[in-house]
Amino acid sequence: MDHRLAFHDVVPRHHKYHRISDLGSFEYTYKAEITSVYKLTELENLYRIRIIDAEDRRHFSFRPGQFIMLELPGIGEAPFSISSSPSNHEDMELCIRTAGNLTGVLSRAARGARVGIRGPFGTSFPMERMHGGNILLIAGGLGLAPLRSPIAHVQEHRSMFEHVDIVYGTRDQSRMLFKFQYEMWKKDDINLHVILEKTDNGWDGPVGYIPKILEDIIKSRPDTFIEQTYAIVCGPPVMFKSVCTMLAERGVPMQKMFVSLERRMHCGMGKCCRCNVGSTYTCLKGPVFDYWTVMNLKEAI
Amino acid sequence: MLFRVIDKPELRSLFDMLAEKNTVVGPVETGKDRNGRPLYAFEEVKDFKILRLDYTTTKLPAKRYFLPFREELATFRMKDDDWTKTIDYNIDKPLVFFGLHACDINALNKLDKVLMGPVYPMPYYAAKRMNMFIIGTGCEPQPFCFCRSMGADTVHHGFDLNITDIGDKYFIEIQSAEAFEMVKDLRTADLSEDDHVQYMKTIAEKNRKFTARVDTTDLTKILDMEFQSPVWKQWGDKCLGCGTCANVCPTCYCYGVEESVDPSLQKAVKTKTLYSCNVVDFAEVAGGHNFRPERSSRLKYRYYHKHRGFVEAYEESLCVGCGRCGEACLAGITVPEVIASVRGEEQ
Repeated sequence: MDHRLAFHDVVPRHHKYHRISDLGSFEYTYKAEITSVYKLTELENLYRIRIIDAEDRRHFSFRPGQFIMLELPGIGEAPFSISSSPSNHEDMELCIRTAGNLTGVLSRAARGARVGIRGPFGTSFPMERMHGGNILLIAGGLGLAPLRSPIAHVQEHRSMFEHVDIVYGTRDQSRMLFKFQYEMWKKDDINLHVILEKTDNGWDGPVGYIPKILEDIIKSRPDTFIEQTYAIVCGPPVMFKSVCTMLAERGVPMQKMFVSLERRMHCGMGKCCRCNVGSTYTCLKGPVFDYWTVMNLKEAI
Repeated sequence: MLFRVIDKPELRSLFDMLAEKNTVVGPVETGKDRNGRPLYAFEEVKDFKILRLDYTTTKLPAKRYFLPFREELATFRMKDDDWTKTIDYNIDKPLVFFGLHACDINALNKLDKVLMGPVYPMPYYAAKRMNMFIIGTGCEPQPFCFCRSMGADTVHHGFDLNITDIGDKYFIEIQSAEAFEMVKDLRTADLSEDDHVQYMKTIAEKNRKFTARVDTTDLTKILDMEFQSPVWKQWGDKCLGCGTCANVCPTCYCYGVEESVDPSLQKAVKTKTLYSCNVVDFAEVAGGHNFRPERSSRLKYRYYHKHRGFVEAYEESLCVGCGRCGEACLAGITVPEVIASVRGEEQ
């Protein structure tokens, strides 16, 4: 009798859509092209990216706070949060700081360059749960990039929210991101508060750190403000720690504050372990966590 | 599960049957250590005579056959301003594993949970895993084996056939239909009353031989409580951050992905390399910030992943207690000692 074991080619080698349980979607890349590159500051560019296949493009949807893996063939792959409106199915925008190898090459990419996209991955800000309440959108530095997606949701659903404040702290005027949007945010009845770490020429706004602005906002609002408030906080760990601690002291429950963590990722799918915090996968259980969870992650702050 | 006994010479027939048309991987002796004791490794075996089913342990697990140290995930072909991506799962035939110990089969079962679960199953692993025919064998507990503490000293599933030496016969457990088809062509017998007795005697004897142990009672909670414990610093000071422990671990699956361009600029390759969380840049992000710059925080992280995070996710530890890491560690760090010290026990 022939005892040759059968070969099980059970894995479909070509698979079109990204479904979480499909073996074939693991390494599936949407081909996309860079449709514009806009220089935001010396360090950051805003890349507009469009999935080439029209059907893929229609199927691709994401929620505010989710990220994608951007691949430059031969250079590498890295995670970036999407910083545009989830309701725009034509293009997505990524605000990327030129910091390493991949982003260095990307910063020299021209319009029309073809890149790969996998995703979207990770958790998102529960915007619907916040409907009816106040929102504090708090960003430190590059933290404004992931915040721009929930901000877009707020703009598109402005009547669903009461007070909306964006509090944005950055180093100096040269580092200010998305300046072209400030008037549009104001037009949508969003209060914008910018605070700089350093005074510089021609700046007549506040100087210092974010908690100072938050104090002023809370003081100026009715007593019931805090109990109906949600906070979305993005920025470096020292920043979100001080902000969340201050808000918690003022009475914002930890489960109503959301932060987005940044880690190195090599897969985005809970396999490579590079993004683990404590023993939690940032890519699966995050990047958006409520503050109670972050407090219990041990290594996060 | 079906149970049978076979006469000892029949094992050779089983091997020949499998080896005739398939690739067989099994334990072989590859040299001697400085004390003259044999060293074993998993390698392709063509001749039954070189198979060493009496092996103690191997320095490296069989991981390279299903989680190779380096593997191509995809290749790219560039033309003009465009590219195409080709994916290959790097397997084209089934592999027979002849003689895995319970710890190594349990390691596969644990890897299955994370690499073949419903959340982003990994085809590179799955394709290989689904093409494995596994024959387990009994073992002789070594001084460094603490598998019994980890519940990995016996194996209930994840193999096709399991063979235990019960003196003058082999006791075999048939798990899969493929194995049943194989065994049909062997001379087998039903178990006699005496075979039952012999099997239980063999198991009891093996259990008495375990010396190393780890107390896992409430371990997840204790690790949580002892996050700031000074013992982590002490172990961190000893650790060399070389990553050997991950290399020899049958369940370590962490990796890094790199891409490189061919000098012709027309081809590129995306490569996955197994990595170790003890290596300095494991948690470093672009721009240079390192979330775990100290060796102690990296060593601690490894224990948290194995003994806390995995338990929270799957109700079991990611350690099978094979003891390979402790044996291979250049600084002599062993799991039983680290965990005992975290628990505040005398060493």
